[in-house]
Amino acid sequence: MIPAMSGGSKMETIIKNRIRQIKNGDQSAFAEIVEFYKDKVFQISYRMLGNRHEAEDIAQEAFIRAYVNIHSYDMNKKFSTWLYRIATNLSIDRIRKKKPDYYLDAEIAGSDGLTMYSQVAADAALPEDELETMELQEQIQAEILKLPEKYRSVIVLKYIEEFSLKEIGEILDLPIGTVKTRIHRGREALRNQLRHV
Amino acid sequence: MNCSEKDITELMHNYLDEDISEEEEKVLREHLQTCESCQQHFHELKKTIALVQSTSHISAPSDFTLKVMQNLPKEKRTVSFRRWFREHPMLTAASLFLVLMAGSLFSVWSESDEFSVSKQPNLIVENNTVIVPEGETISGDVVVRNGKIVIEGAVDGNVTVINGEKYMAAAGNVTGEIKEVNQIFEWLWYHMKKIGTDVIHVFDHEDEEK
Repeated sequence: MIPAMSGGSKMETIIKNRIRQIKNGDQSAFAEIVEFYKDKVFQISYRMLGNRHEAEDIAQEAFIRAYVNIHSYDMNKKFSTWLYRIATNLSIDRIRKKKPDYYLDAEIAGSDGLTMYSQVAADAALPEDELETMELQEQIQAEILKLPEKYRSVIVLKYIEEFSLKEIGEILDLPIGTVKTRIHRGREALRNQLRHV
Repeated sequence: MNCSEKDITELMHNYLDEDISEEEEKVLREHLQTCESCQQHFHELKKTIALVQSTSHISAPSDFTLKVMQNLPKEKRTVSFRRWFREHPMLTAASLFLVLMAGSLFSVWSESDEFSVSKQPNLIVENNTVIVPEGETISGDVVVRNGKIVIEGAVDGNVTVINGEKYMAAAGNVTGEIKEVNQIFEWLWYHMKKIGTDVIHVFDHEDEEK
């Protein structure tokens, strides 16, 4: 489930061989890379954006960018770090762009008075017993989404993806000190939001 | 509250990051035992982490990989050819052979309707009839297509007539072989042999070069 961590060096070798093939122009070798990392990349974008459609969009985009820019990937570094960095940056860009245009009570174009509220309500028709765990999960996800994006990315990478501070620094291209400060602030902010759950 | 809470909070975070010295950890423990509000704070932080970690892992949609692959920019044609060749070496060799064979045969076949003759300076050509004049010696092979050849002089080489006839005068003399090729099958066979001899010549040349 967490290939980059449990796979070890043998997996890294296989991945690097595939990348060599891709660099030589062999597109089909990329399918294996996608298959291997898709869940992780999707998870990152989903936790950052909180919406499956957008998350899939961004995750797709991340893989396509990785393919197009494969020549700029340095073979001496970990491929996963490079890939997650693309995914995280794309997610952050999307958060910054989408802020103004996503209101739940805005009317959906051409739907005659239908708002996003009614859409959400229709989607949320689930069996009772699932509802309670779903509610907690959704509440947590909602609280993560309330964090400013710079705290959100470190919290997602640290607690959902379980990266070390050093790896997070590499993915986000930040000094470790900054990563630490952001994690501390992010944790405090989440504590305030989740203390009464 | 008397405790310098900011420093203690800092220690809590360092502890949670597993980035704390033994000494600092001791300070933190001792403080937590005496300060109820810090204890509460620490507890809430740990609970927050547990909650965030409890969010279940989700998987990408099942058609995810397919979609990515469909949206990649098109790879260069040469690459897909090269991959195909790599994966099917025997087929590649066989098809290459067939293509070359067919190509060379057809190219010769397509020009076979017209009258033609190998170019030697002292051959006389009259209305699709080639004459080797009396008293002359033609050096090299003579090939005539769709025409006649009348040999009154001498030919120092082979004579081949394709779809035609040959007349040999009493004084005529050919040092090499004389062949008449009239059937398509024979014609094909003639070409196969020719390719064979050419190949042998090529190898002979290579050997000489070495």
